[in-house]
Amino acid sequence: MTQDDLIIADPKMRAEGVDVFYGEKQAIKDVSIDVGTDLVTAFIGPSGCGKSTFLRSLNRMNDTVASARVTGRIELDGEDIYAPSMDVVQLRARVGMVFQKPNPFPKSIYDNVAYGSRIHGLAANKADLDVIVERALTRAGLWDEVKDRLNESGTALSGGQQQRLCIARAIAVDPEVILMDEPCSALDPIATAKIEELIHELRGKYAIVIVTHNMQQAARVSQRTAFFHLGTLVEYGKTTDIFTNPKQERTKDYITGRYG
Amino acid sequence: MTFNPAALLLLILGLALIGWLAGRARSAMLAGRTGTKLHSRPQYHGWYVALWLFAPAAIFLAVWTSVSPALITNEVLTSEAAKDLPAFGFERGAILSDARGVAQGRQAAVRLPAAAPLVRPYAEATREYAWIGIAAMLALGLAGGLYAFTRIRPDFRARTRVERIVMGVLLLASLVAILTTFGIVLSLLFESIRFFRLVPATELLFGTNWNPQSGAPQPGTFGGIPLFWGTVLIGAIIAMIVAIPIGMMTAVYLTQYAAPTVRKWVKPCLEILAGVPTVVYGYFAALTVAPALREFAVMLGIPNASTESALAAGIVMGVMIIPFVSSMADDSINAVPQAMRDGSLALGATPNETIRQVLIPAALPGVMGGILLAVSRAIGETMIVVMAAGLSANLTANPFASVTTVTAQIVKLLTGDQEFDSAKTLAAFALGLVLFLVTLLLNIVALRVVKKYREAYE
Repeated sequence: MTQDDLIIADPKMRAEGVDVFYGEKQAIKDVSIDVGTDLVTAFIGPSGCGKSTFLRSLNRMNDTVASARVTGRIELDGEDIYAPSMDVVQLRARVGMVFQKPNPFPKSIYDNVAYGSRIHGLAANKADLDVIVERALTRAGLWDEVKDRLNESGTALSGGQQQRLCIARAIAVDPEVILMDEPCSALDPIATAKIEELIHELRGKYAIVIVTHNMQQAARVSQRTAFFHLGTLVEYGKTTDIFTNPKQERTKDYITGRYG
Repeated sequence: MTFNPAALLLLILGLALIGWLAGRARSAMLAGRTGTKLHSRPQYHGWYVALWLFAPAAIFLAVWTSVSPALITNEVLTSEAAKDLPAFGFERGAILSDARGVAQGRQAAVRLPAAAPLVRPYAEATREYAWIGIAAMLALGLAGGLYAFTRIRPDFRARTRVERIVMGVLLLASLVAILTTFGIVLSLLFESIRFFRLVPATELLFGTNWNPQSGAPQPGTFGGIPLFWGTVLIGAIIAMIVAIPIGMMTAVYLTQYAAPTVRKWVKPCLEILAGVPTVVYGYFAALTVAPALREFAVMLGIPNASTESALAAGIVMGVMIIPFVSSMADDSINAVPQAMRDGSLALGATPNETIRQVLIPAALPGVMGGILLAVSRAIGETMIVVMAAGLSANLTANPFASVTTVTAQIVKLLTGDQEFDSAKTLAAFALGLVLFLVTLLLNIVALRVVKKYREAYE
């Protein structure tokens, strides 16, 4: 175990001995990790190393895959999220997710952001909902760009704007954790820079976990980095330590570009 | 010796096979002798020769089969024995056909005495033309084959040529359906124009009284509105009230909730439902549904409930359309990207909320296209309405009353002994044209909607 227990004083989520199987195939082997409340945690590793799979087990999105099976324990604020008493709908309201490809609904910008609030009944009236939508879009850094065209379709925005809309949509339900699955991989460098800036601003308000292929990105946006390889967690530590002084040979090889 | 097209076709197929073998062997031999590499593999040279042999002979065979009877008859008519024939009409035709039957061995003896002297000339002419035909066919085929055979050289691009010919054949095949459609439209159009010379188009389209009689057209009896209304009531209203909700719910269940094993069983069942002949639905509507509905209507105290009701036909038609709607809706819902579903679920929406608020709105254009196609199918449907909806042209909104539809009236107008030039019969073509144009329009709109929607997600 390479995890230094001191690096997370106040874990938001804890995973202990997690295995994930797709049918017979084991995608994640015995992963234990703590995710800090006020931190951005980056999962890095070569393609197929299981980092996205592990991310999706943190809000039980793997439930939508019929063959997927998760064992071990994952806690949110000390509560087992795979316990029968856990309502998956409420879990996902508390642990939001942003996907690799922007996936706005074919609805207006306003309705996209209001979607979650309407479902969870967060707004008592239209004025409340307006406030929620404006706040979410402002936090996602999109308000100034779209405030005059809230009724236009969300799919008409540019790729980067769509991704920020998806972040606004996730923020609008006021989650505690935001999981981001390679949120910039479909975006150009300028849009990527905006998203990274946004992650900086959101830090401290939400626990953020970001999966990325881009090691510079992990170094720029995160305070903690976890390196996955072949379904196992190889090394987890402060981002600066991982990138400047990795303890494991495999981590060192990966971040210096020896493979991946 | 008779001219037997089937046997001759076999003969030229046999020759083509020989041509194939010869072409292949020659190309291989040439390549071996000169030591150069063949541009095309030997089979292609074989095919090239075979096609050049087969195509001219087969085309000639087809042409000759259709024109030679006329040529034979002409030849017979110039003979001495034909001088006594009646000049025109039915009798002349009957005598000639009798003589031809005996001469070509289809009957043992003449039935009409006048035909007897013509048998010999017929037999001679038949034999003569058979020889000419066979000789010409073989000459053409062999000439073609020989031409192709002499062109074989190692650098000859046989593959390119053969592939071009194959493409031409495929093109011809695809043209058959298109040309047939044109033919149908034209024939409908000409008959309809004849009708509209007798009865103004405005009367058919806007008149409200439908009661066509034989003989000279009576003004005011060709009003199509009751038929159009009946068609809309049954096909576009009642059938859709049944088919759209049930079809949609089926699709939602099958795409979102059903376990793979359930889906594996239910989908084929639906497909079987789509394959039931419509006449069977017609029985079901007329013998089971309609009487039950009448009982029900009488129980409710609804006046003039008929055993032939719009409701019975519409409900059964709706059931018939269910698989159509459900399979279109199924495709559209499946075409909504999984990312959209995940996005909604990740916000804490339940599967039900996801379906109602994201999947169905996103799939709606495709579903609408499917519904339009279903309507176009329903209004063109004939058997169920003929058997269950009745033939009396009532302009009524009472679903328990008997109404009639465009298709049912077309059947009524065209069945039985009819002279094909009265307004009454011609009206069927005009109705057919209206129906054709409406369904064509629906199909075009539906396909455009579906296409536009598909592009949105690609």
